[in-house]
Amino acid sequence: MAENQKPTGDNKLLSDTISVREITRLERWLGPDNYRVVMGLFKTPASVIGLSLLSFFILIAIFAPVIVPVPEKGDPYKIPRDGFKADPQPPMTPWKKNAPELPFWWKPIMKTDQWVHIFGTAQGQYDIFYALVWGTRTAFRTGLIVTIATFLIGITIGGISAYYGGMVDNIIMRIVDVFLTLPFTLAALIMAAILTPVIGKSLVPVMIALVVFGWMGYARIIRGDILSIKERDFVLAAKVVGVKDSRILFRHIIPNAIFPTLVLASLAIGDVTLSFAALSFLGVGVEIGYADWGQVLSFARNWITSLNTYWYLITFPGVTIVLFVLGWNLIGDALRDVLDPRMRGKS
Amino acid sequence: MTTYIIRRLLLVPVILFGVTILIFGMLQFLDPVERVSMYIRDTPKSDAQIEALITKYGLDKPIYVQYWKWLVGDVDPITNVRSGGILFGDFGYSRTNSQPVADLIKNRFPNTLDLTLWAIGPVIFVGIWLGIQAAVRHNKPFDQMARIFSIIGTSLPTFVFGLLVLMLFYANLGWFPPGRVSDEFSKIISSAEFTNYTKLLSIDSLLNGRFDIFLDVMKHMVLPILTLSYISWATFLRVTRSSMLETLRMEYVTTARAKGLSERDVIHKHARPNAMLPVTTLAGFSIVGLLGGVVITETVFNYPGIGATAARSAAQLDVITVLGFTLFTGLILVVSNVIVDVLYAFIDPRVRLS
Repeated sequence: MAENQKPTGDNKLLSDTISVREITRLERWLGPDNYRVVMGLFKTPASVIGLSLLSFFILIAIFAPVIVPVPEKGDPYKIPRDGFKADPQPPMTPWKKNAPELPFWWKPIMKTDQWVHIFGTAQGQYDIFYALVWGTRTAFRTGLIVTIATFLIGITIGGISAYYGGMVDNIIMRIVDVFLTLPFTLAALIMAAILTPVIGKSLVPVMIALVVFGWMGYARIIRGDILSIKERDFVLAAKVVGVKDSRILFRHIIPNAIFPTLVLASLAIGDVTLSFAALSFLGVGVEIGYADWGQVLSFARNWITSLNTYWYLITFPGVTIVLFVLGWNLIGDALRDVLDPRMRGKS
Repeated sequence: MTTYIIRRLLLVPVILFGVTILIFGMLQFLDPVERVSMYIRDTPKSDAQIEALITKYGLDKPIYVQYWKWLVGDVDPITNVRSGGILFGDFGYSRTNSQPVADLIKNRFPNTLDLTLWAIGPVIFVGIWLGIQAAVRHNKPFDQMARIFSIIGTSLPTFVFGLLVLMLFYANLGWFPPGRVSDEFSKIISSAEFTNYTKLLSIDSLLNGRFDIFLDVMKHMVLPILTLSYISWATFLRVTRSSMLETLRMEYVTTARAKGLSERDVIHKHARPNAMLPVTTLAGFSIVGLLGGVVITETVFNYPGIGATAARSAAQLDVITVLGFTLFTGLILVVSNVIVDVLYAFIDPRVRLS
């Protein structure tokens, strides 16, 4: 009976014997391997929790001006102070001076007109809640900028090193070794200390310091990936046709080698944020009173003997930082499982 | 084997040269007036004096001359006294600590070494033990707990964890104070009746027969050690666990089981020694990292090691001091990395043969 049938293009026989899977547009665009990695993010409960934590922080960063309005046209990244008293004040102390205007959610939830210090104040009456909400923006800003910069520098240097090979490769890799030899925190500290008098106290010195001592990992990874792609036929074909070196590198090789490095880079945003917070905890970088998590936490250092009374100086900033890093780590863990070559084809 | 070691050793001068170039390069961001403060102790009275000093130390010369002078210093032709020269241990003068950087390092490094000595055990072995247990009980409750513990461990930044334990064990319970030693003992230590044999306070106090001082010193080190351990346990657990899991899947482990060995022997005699290879590297580099000064932990607990001192100087923008410390730590790291690599070649035949 099959002999009389005309081919319809809808081969039932084939789809019954071989299970055919619908290929979505996203999968076609990303390619099967990359698609599997992206989908891996939604598989385990841990990675879903990670994604939710992260979305929560992204929302806070976007809606910071709605959650806590900026008091009277000040710099939004300057934490508002309620007076100048030295002792920290406990959570729920009424806000007396220099209070921002009431946000829309305050009255329905709190049932009063009185703005209070929800998480208390640090020394010098800096409001901790404001600092944490606006610090989320600082965290993402520094994390993104530093990661993008290190990533670009890393892939350029790693790309050049792998593409030219030989002497160039050898010299560049020794330079990478030298940069990796210096302990990261110390090296970043010294760079920030050198740049601060030149640039002034702001986010920039610490960010530059993190970039200068952060690109080596990407350079190494992309180098390895490029070395394997360089041998493929399409690169040879491009060379035969006479395409310029730089064009082969940037248009043909790097786009094909970049994905694993890109995944690593997006995960590194969490780490970078943490390094930034650590440096500003140590007292380099931004000036006192800038809305930045490490800075807020460093206030606790002056009250170590009485932390039982002033518990809120570490508890709230600490929990914020831990949740943020936890979010990144959960996603990172899920991705590591998917990216592990031994797991390929198992899902 | 010998070629491997020789090749590895030949790389040392190259890396060291690179490190000095890098640090010298960072120094170039400072203008000569600030760089001259590296050599002098008192503030010069006039601009002319500063100019004279700049000429004297060659800070207006071409860059390669400056680099050379920075490396080997200057010998005064009349008095024959050498000034400057990082190769001869002159790292300059620390403005914020009012003493030569080299002396400062000499004072602070024993403290870091002391902490490292006591931290090695808890930092390395507990994590390895946890990892082995988790791998053996793969996917059982213990393994799941260990995974959660390790995720939380990696998510707790040093400075948050440090402050939390300080709040709990010092502010609330009053058990373990921050710092190095209690005030009443620090007087005894600096007095003549206390001999500094090794400069490591914990050992010196025992050698002097002062058990009370020893206890006090240890009490101050409990929280830093706890913090260092907790953070590295997560890493050690993860590496040991995955390496152990991989080994347990090997065919020779199945062979060992098939010939009827007890599970104990299979794990501890056949699987574990082979699974320890990647862990050994990690352990080596952890010890090296501890020696290099743990900046954040030392700062949180106000522990006067090289890390905390460098951080405090950096916060006060005292670049010369931080540079000296970074250079010193860099030297330690280069040398100890080579030692770790060479030791590793002894342990793992694959490294030395490839």
